[in-house]
Amino acid sequence: MSGGNYYVPDSSRYPIFAATSLFFLVMGAGGTINGTDNGTTVLYLGFICMTLTMFFWFRTVVQEHLAGLDSAQLKKSYVFGMAWFIFSEVMFFAAFFGALFYVRTFAVPWLAGEGEKGAPIEFVQEMGVDFWTGFENTWPVIATPDNGSEYEIADKTMAFPGWSNVLAWLPLWNTIILLSSSVTVHFAHLGLKNGSRKSFNRWLGATVGLAVIFLGLQAAEYYEAYAHYGLTLNSGIYGSTFFMLTGFHGFHVFLGCCMLSVMLVRSVFFNHFETHDHFGFEAASWYWHFVDVVWVMLFFFVYII
Amino acid sequence: MSAVIENHHNEHDHHGPAKGLKRWFYTTNHKDIGTLYLWFSFAMFLIGGAMAMIIRAELFQPGMQIVEPEFYNQMITLHGLIMIFGGVMPAFVGLANWLVPMMIGAPDMALPRMNNLSFWILPFAFFVLLSSLFMEGGAPNFGWTFYAPLSTTYAPPSTTFFIFSVHIMGASSIMGSINVIVTIMNMRAPGMGLMKMPLFVWSWLITAYLLIAVMPVLAGAVTMMLMDIHFGTSFFNAAGGGDPVLFQHIFWFFGHPEVYIMILPAFGIVSHIIETFSRKQLFGYSSMVWAMLSIAILSFVVWAHHMFTVGMPLAAELFFMWSTMLIAVPTGVKVFNWIATMFKGSITFETPMLFACAFVVLFTLGGFSGLMLAITPADFQYHDTYFVVAHFHYVLVPGAIFSIMAAVYYWIPKWTGNMYDERLGRLHFWLSFIGVNVTFFPQHFIGLAGMPRRVPDYALQFADWNMVSTAGAFLFGFSQVFFLFIVVKTVMGGKQATDQVWEGARGLEWTVDSPAPYHTFSVPPKVS
Repeated sequence: MSGGNYYVPDSSRYPIFAATSLFFLVMGAGGTINGTDNGTTVLYLGFICMTLTMFFWFRTVVQEHLAGLDSAQLKKSYVFGMAWFIFSEVMFFAAFFGALFYVRTFAVPWLAGEGEKGAPIEFVQEMGVDFWTGFENTWPVIATPDNGSEYEIADKTMAFPGWSNVLAWLPLWNTIILLSSSVTVHFAHLGLKNGSRKSFNRWLGATVGLAVIFLGLQAAEYYEAYAHYGLTLNSGIYGSTFFMLTGFHGFHVFLGCCMLSVMLVRSVFFNHFETHDHFGFEAASWYWHFVDVVWVMLFFFVYII
Repeated sequence: MSAVIENHHNEHDHHGPAKGLKRWFYTTNHKDIGTLYLWFSFAMFLIGGAMAMIIRAELFQPGMQIVEPEFYNQMITLHGLIMIFGGVMPAFVGLANWLVPMMIGAPDMALPRMNNLSFWILPFAFFVLLSSLFMEGGAPNFGWTFYAPLSTTYAPPSTTFFIFSVHIMGASSIMGSINVIVTIMNMRAPGMGLMKMPLFVWSWLITAYLLIAVMPVLAGAVTMMLMDIHFGTSFFNAAGGGDPVLFQHIFWFFGHPEVYIMILPAFGIVSHIIETFSRKQLFGYSSMVWAMLSIAILSFVVWAHHMFTVGMPLAAELFFMWSTMLIAVPTGVKVFNWIATMFKGSITFETPMLFACAFVVLFTLGGFSGLMLAITPADFQYHDTYFVVAHFHYVLVPGAIFSIMAAVYYWIPKWTGNMYDERLGRLHFWLSFIGVNVTFFPQHFIGLAGMPRRVPDYALQFADWNMVSTAGAFLFGFSQVFFLFIVVKTVMGGKQATDQVWEGARGLEWTVDSPAPYHTFSVPPKVS
């Protein structure tokens, strides 16, 4: 609510380019999954168009900022916008956490015949079907109610392996790494505020490095699951919730890592960001803290309990 | 670099719109984008309406006459999806675009380029959705609520495209809502405190919050569907330890706030119109705000009243019954406030006021049938019958859609500078009013008598009222083509509107010229 004149924006061709790219992306993705002709080509085309549009769109925003075109009010709009975007991401994860809590609290016990709505096992057995027999309410649940006829049964889960093996437990290391990266990105922010670009670049570089290590370990964990544990997307509700939650989190870490890398490049090669004016970086660091919080939730609800 | 900057300054100097198609493709102007949204939603309204006509034509008589049952299912699915996501929601976003900046004294939306992106995603999303009609296996056929396993195990291949179109519609809604919230929080004219905001602005602030909270949940639901169909997960399949009921929980956690997303802006619109044509200040402004806030918060804890018959524990059935009934309290506050506003007012009944009064009466009627449905034991009788169809069409057609029509008649003089033809407007109202009641009121009867929803054929005893309902539906349908004529006629010309337009109108948007200038406020107005 600053006084004076309002900033009136220009027309822009980027939005409709972005919408068109998005159209190619979804037609391509749908076509690829359904196996129609040219699906993959359209998908790649959409991906390339989207990347280019975003590059030029963001470049324009940065240039406007450097040219001093954006008012204090517009900067505040960006701040609000980023905060609400992160809130929408929180709600996206809430859907998957909600699914996890629901199956653990209701679906799995009921399927095992427990609780108010437990499956009437005797009735099922009288019908001559032994589908659900022997399915027990445990978590992590390895067995599936269909005894592996439609879904596969894993040999092992990613849960806490006991204190003797704790050091070989990748999620623990990932937790340490991601928590440290939240600290390093905060040190980078402090460096910037204190006017030390060197310290900013170093700490930000360290953060990006930790992010890459995290992603590497996550990939190793997935490889381990598929190659040695028999734990896949196809191994019942544990595999489903495990891979979807950690997978979407990993994807968001990847996005956050891209954001921070762009900020690093902007600082190292273009000397962007001032002591009191660096919302681009701040937005990326907010996003980074957000994926960190999601990981803590994951570590607790998916891996530990 | 410097070329870019000079370019910016040049474009700042001219204040008219660009010429030709480029204006609409590249625009960042809230009025242009609002116009795009409104025309898009009108087009979708007519397409979804044509589908409704196919449905009603098939139901004119028992037995199968016009379409195949498979195609009938595709029609009911697309009718619902198009009316909700393509008709009502974009119409409200269009109104928000046009009105919120003018009402709060802002020059434009806070993030104008993203505003353009939010709109242009929609035509693509609905192209993807509608193209599924021509795909192998046909369009989605599982109803707009797309319950698993109908939408997973038994779904047609085009479901993949349906899922992606829902994803990008959601992205559009989220960006649109972020824009509305940021505009309202950051762009209000000096002196306009939160409790001085016009009610339409308040209603959209709350709606946008609901949208940001639940659209990502819908995205999560369709993502789980996609994974279940194509990548072997078992979220909604009991054989793998999941649960089809989980789908319903996630869907309705989105779906119930979605219902209020489609009615809160209507509350805002109706409050303005009743106030203007009663020539009185609105009764109970702050209680209106608090009522909307309570409705919004309660909307997050009532979702399972859509699932009473699915087999939930008794405690859940009771909880969701009581929480649902609780919503009648703030809604009652609003209805009584509207009545109290009219009380002893010097009322005139121009077209917007006619629609607003019909809204109050008929929406309340839909609310009452909602209360009946909220009673768990009674719902075991009503569930999935035409009574439910009658209920939600009463809150959506003479509720949400009447409010949109009221808004169009109320603000079109400000948008175009021309008065609409009052005689034609009233004729349109009466045709719609009669049509909507003839269509949907009998559905209460056939529903209570036991006719299930989503069937192309039915037992003989329902024949009479179905025939009446179909006659009403065609009356309502054709009167909307008449509405299109009235709108086009008004855009083309008409009596010049004054700046205030309506004698009792208050608010910043009535202080500017009619038609409103391309950039409304370049300097913030002072609000006392």
